[in-house]
Amino acid sequence: MFARVVWLVLRKDLMVEVRSLEIAYTTLFFAVSCVLVFAFALVREGRAPEDGAAGILWISIAFSGTLALGRAFERERQSETLRALLLAPAPRPAVYVGKLLGIVALLAAGEVVLVPLVALLFQAPLFDRPVWLATILLTGTIGFSAVGTLFAAMLVRARSRDVLLPVLLYPITVPVIIAGVRATTTLLQPELEVEVLRFWLALLVCFDVVFVTLALWTFEPLMTD
Amino acid sequence: MPKWFVPAAVVCAVMMAVAPVLIANAPYESTMGLVQKIFYVHLPSAWVFLTAAIVCGIASARFLFGADPRQDRLAWAAAELVVVFGIITLVTGPLWARKAWGVWWQWDVRLTSSLMGWMVSVAYLLLRQFGGPGSDKLAAGLALFGMANVPFIYISVNYWRTIHPTTSVVPTLPTSFGLPLWFSAVAFMLLFVLLLKMRVRLEEQRARLDSLYLSADA
Repeated sequence: MFARVVWLVLRKDLMVEVRSLEIAYTTLFFAVSCVLVFAFALVREGRAPEDGAAGILWISIAFSGTLALGRAFERERQSETLRALLLAPAPRPAVYVGKLLGIVALLAAGEVVLVPLVALLFQAPLFDRPVWLATILLTGTIGFSAVGTLFAAMLVRARSRDVLLPVLLYPITVPVIIAGVRATTTLLQPELEVEVLRFWLALLVCFDVVFVTLALWTFEPLMTD
Repeated sequence: MPKWFVPAAVVCAVMMAVAPVLIANAPYESTMGLVQKIFYVHLPSAWVFLTAAIVCGIASARFLFGADPRQDRLAWAAAELVVVFGIITLVTGPLWARKAWGVWWQWDVRLTSSLMGWMVSVAYLLLRQFGGPGSDKLAAGLALFGMANVPFIYISVNYWRTIHPTTSVVPTLPTSFGLPLWFSAVAFMLLFVLLLKMRVRLEEQRARLDSLYLSADA
């Protein structure tokens, strides 16, 4: 039952998205503009600052992720489909997990384009350790989306939700940004410090576990009128 | 107002008036000199800041799962005090740091986690102010997430860098330094309790007024 609801919600979200590609195109373009703005701000004499690539990558993910979260739930608000989804005789946590997986899939698709772009523009050796990089990106994205999905869902009913989402989201996701940027910076060093990398990955995994659990636990009371 | 409120307010006012005298008479610290006296304001306000945040978090969790409006009013009042005492802490800290460390701000673990905790409470108030109907529950959720976030910020920044003096020095302080510190800590804590009580009462009366209006309409 649980897995089935998760799959149905995920399939619905992906189907709506694949048919219009609205969020994918707009957030991807926004992320690319973000990278370019940082390139203009930071590049000196044609060279990018040493470990700037990691920071720029994560800032672009966080900013475009906020945009995607806002749009994904705005779409659910327009014809009150979120209410319909919550009225369905399905476990609420399953609805949350379905939504979360949809957002993670969307952001992961964006990262597939974003990472090569950052590697290219900032001459960062991001592809030297692809498995580590993929793990860091995935755990970081899950952590960011776990908080973001819950907040975006609960803000659907609130006034001035567009402004409030980033206001609430960024202070809470600071550990993801710190750990993501530090771990990615470690990857960019010529000598790989596995100990340091393990620490940041462990922190990201703990963050994911705690915040997904907390979100599953609070989704029900938060989404009840 | 409860019976204890006025006497407690008088005691608090007297303590707040006496504290500067005690602080002025405390001996000069040998290396930092006059600027060390900021610590008599900084540390008590930081303690109140932390206490208020804990009160807000617990009351929010209880509101979210118990739906008792009294807990919500308590959480709101505490969140406002987190912001107020947070500002005192975050202003007095850099004033001291400029002299002691040579810089206004360091991305140290205590500084960063205090700043992020303060940001969360400001976000809480913004949500309550501009979130419209139903924002009480959303704010409670935010406070709960903010609480869960503290250890993560602490660990991540701690691994990154730390230079802030630890509080383990406090029990070892000589009496000449310790007395003014504990005195102002008690004064600040009393002030916190009084402000909290007053703020909760204001919200209670607002709620009562609202229900009276509703019953008058009916």
